[in-house]
Amino acid sequence: MFENLSIEALQAYWWIIVSLLGSILVFLMFVQGGQSLLRTVAKTEDEKVLVLNTIGTKWEFTFTTLVTFGGAFFAAFPLFYSTSFGGAYWVWILLLFSFIVQAVSYEFRSKPGNFVGSSVYEWFLIANGVIAPLVVGAAVGTFFTGSQFSVNDMNLSRWMCAGHGLEALLNTTNVMLGATILLLSRQLGAMYLINSLDNEAIVYRAKRQIRYEAIPFLVLAVLFVLQIVISKGFSVDEHGVVSMVQFKYLTNLIQMPVVLILFLIGLVGIILGIFVSVFKNNPVAFWITGLSSISLAMSLFMLVGFNGTAYYPSTFNIQQSLTLQNSSSSHYTLTAMSYVSLFVPFVLAYIIYVWKEMNKKQLTTEMMKEEDHKY
Amino acid sequence: MEHIDVSLVDWSRAQFALTAIYHWFFVPLTLGLSFLIAIFETMYVRSGDEEWLKITKFWMRLFGVNFAIGVATGIILEFEFGTNWSNYSWLVGDIFGAPLAIEGILAFFLESTFIAVMFFGWNKVSKNFHLTSSWLVAIGSNLSALWILVANGWMQNPVGMHFNPDTARNEMLSFWAVLFNPMAVHKFLHTVTSSYVVASLFVIGVSAWYLLKKREISVAKKSILVAATFGLASALFTGLTGDSSAKTIAKSQPMKLAAIEGLYNGTHGAGLVVVGMVNPSKEIDNNENPYLFQIPIPNMLSIMAKGKPDAFVPGISDLIYGNNSEGIIGVESRIVNGKIAVSALRDYKTAKKENNPEKQQESLQLFNKYKSDLGYGFLENAKEAIPPIALVFYSFRVMVGLGFYFIALFALILYLLYKNKIENKKWLLHLMLWSIPLGYLSSQLGWLVAEVGRQPWTIQDVLTTNFSTSQISSGMVQTTFFMFFALFTLLLIAEIRILVKQIKKGPEGGSNV
Repeated sequence: MFENLSIEALQAYWWIIVSLLGSILVFLMFVQGGQSLLRTVAKTEDEKVLVLNTIGTKWEFTFTTLVTFGGAFFAAFPLFYSTSFGGAYWVWILLLFSFIVQAVSYEFRSKPGNFVGSSVYEWFLIANGVIAPLVVGAAVGTFFTGSQFSVNDMNLSRWMCAGHGLEALLNTTNVMLGATILLLSRQLGAMYLINSLDNEAIVYRAKRQIRYEAIPFLVLAVLFVLQIVISKGFSVDEHGVVSMVQFKYLTNLIQMPVVLILFLIGLVGIILGIFVSVFKNNPVAFWITGLSSISLAMSLFMLVGFNGTAYYPSTFNIQQSLTLQNSSSSHYTLTAMSYVSLFVPFVLAYIIYVWKEMNKKQLTTEMMKEEDHKY
Repeated sequence: MEHIDVSLVDWSRAQFALTAIYHWFFVPLTLGLSFLIAIFETMYVRSGDEEWLKITKFWMRLFGVNFAIGVATGIILEFEFGTNWSNYSWLVGDIFGAPLAIEGILAFFLESTFIAVMFFGWNKVSKNFHLTSSWLVAIGSNLSALWILVANGWMQNPVGMHFNPDTARNEMLSFWAVLFNPMAVHKFLHTVTSSYVVASLFVIGVSAWYLLKKREISVAKKSILVAATFGLASALFTGLTGDSSAKTIAKSQPMKLAAIEGLYNGTHGAGLVVVGMVNPSKEIDNNENPYLFQIPIPNMLSIMAKGKPDAFVPGISDLIYGNNSEGIIGVESRIVNGKIAVSALRDYKTAKKENNPEKQQESLQLFNKYKSDLGYGFLENAKEAIPPIALVFYSFRVMVGLGFYFIALFALILYLLYKNKIENKKWLLHLMLWSIPLGYLSSQLGWLVAEVGRQPWTIQDVLTTNFSTSQISSGMVQTTFFMFFALFTLLLIAEIRILVKQIKKGPEGGSNV
């Protein structure tokens, strides 16, 4: 089946899978958003326990999606993996550190003998909650703005900026996307809390937070989109020559109707989701906003990968920019991995089933007291 | 070839070793305890005996603490291939990336989805669904071990691939060859069963402490019974897979085998050194005796490595300088061939760029002739191909010695349980308690033999460690090394303290009280 596809078709297929994983990651960062709100929405120990045990049953999905996103990128586009991770060292290390501390904090926070005290683990969770969406957003921003690296004839790469990735956090476009993703994750985190627990005080504060942050979030998102559509983009011709083209991403949107539809569904859906949350008080708001953010993130990934575009541009030497064609694995590996990808719907099916089983009841303090194992 | 920064290579190795060692403090317990918990819970569901439920929940609590830190230390390893070994990531990513991605898709999701049910589903799902979830967590964590060990097995014995001069990297030719690589199969079986031994020792040791304190007698004895049975079966299987690994290593990594044995001069009917001390002043080109003393079993090494008592087992000198009568080409000659391949590859790339088909064809032919030694072209000196002998030699002996000790310990425990005399044997209970760290020690030493023993290669005969690193400054890696060291040490201390508190508290009461 897959072996008969051309290498270009396989590259496109894998870009879609990587984009989907990246977009699901953006959605699942509602866990980080919830963590960043910990001290804002929960004031007492009981409230903190409720919040952490609500989002805490989902943290591993986000974590696993990040790891799988990295693994899929490695398997399908190894030149991106080697160039970006080996070059933008500091920014990736920063992200990884935030996830290392997240993984232990849920389990260790409330346990006696945890060595540094509960509040340190709470701050670890808050740090991860802020850093992860910010850094992931800024990193995706570099797909539009470029990075300073070189790739030699043997495809070995070197970072050409002393910041080793930290410079990405000084670029306003990148930071704008990072901040947008952070605010989105907080909107989603707050909506998830509203749906999943039965506690007036927390729900009240979560709703208040959605209202406070909705406008800044939407303004930032629109500003980022405006900046992208009017900016120059990294265009690749059929010979692999890269050039800067005005309105490249706008042109891509117009020339790829599917992407435009995903983009519009995403943007409108998020606005609708927030509206439903604020004015209609309906639990479906979380799912409208979440699925719309997947749609919007998908469109951004596809905008930089398809239609003759370099998805990881080098501003050091634009001819060394990475494209789906020059950075992918071999036809054989992409084919083998495509067969593995057939398992993804099965994985999604059991995740959805378990999610539904586990989220049947809203959590209350009384229920927490009966739990043998809790965070 | 670009200038190689030795200090960068050393710090990158140190960082990877540090993070892998820390990760391996937690993984064996996860791999084994997940199965033990599933067995405990099965006993509960089948018998309806509430005491099995208490046992299940107690070990699950300890499992949770250990699991979290295993996940925390694990994420860095996957990304470190990129951050610190970016040349490696490109040069073998076409093959190595696949098992990592599959690990995520097929194993991590299974683990992470059902672990939430295992911990938080007691009051939310049915008894059988919960039990299934516990088994799926065990299967998921062991599946993840399978895929990462397939990746590691491929590094030790690179099969199913070729070097593509156009992309200047190694590319996969057969997924099945990579998956069913004999090295990977042995490595997986050896690693998971030895991890079951570590977990069994942990359960036995903690239970022994209860017996010493004369509390939780019934819980402790039941736990010991299951763990000692599981441990004995696993330890025996570990021994068998260790033996079969020897033949694979003899074939694909003869230098590692020579280092394990401290064997400098190859011989027919080679003996296996059971106990010995290597001579620190022995070098390949002096005439010192390789051992200060040794007690060998005659012909045993030949039997283990090649299946015949009089088979030839090459020593370090044979492998470095070659041995015509045994048909061994030495590293010295392979370096010469490798340098020709490296320069032919460079010429090929230049000719391609300059659009010179004649020169391109000529250099490609030359490259193809010598490409099997391409990796050796990145060595400067044949002696670089010798791994650190003493470290590998001693680590191996301590690991194997402990393996035999564990078998004896499990058997003795089961015998005394059968005779119902275990609580009275205080010396044995102390031994059981103090055997917990020995399990971890032997497991870590196994990795030391596997990883240090294959130096100077990241991919055996294909890619050197020196050429695998990212092109960053050694200062950056030094900084992150100490950051990891500090953070992981802090987390390890916290983990041990939490575990000790939970154990002292015992099976009664919740985890947070």
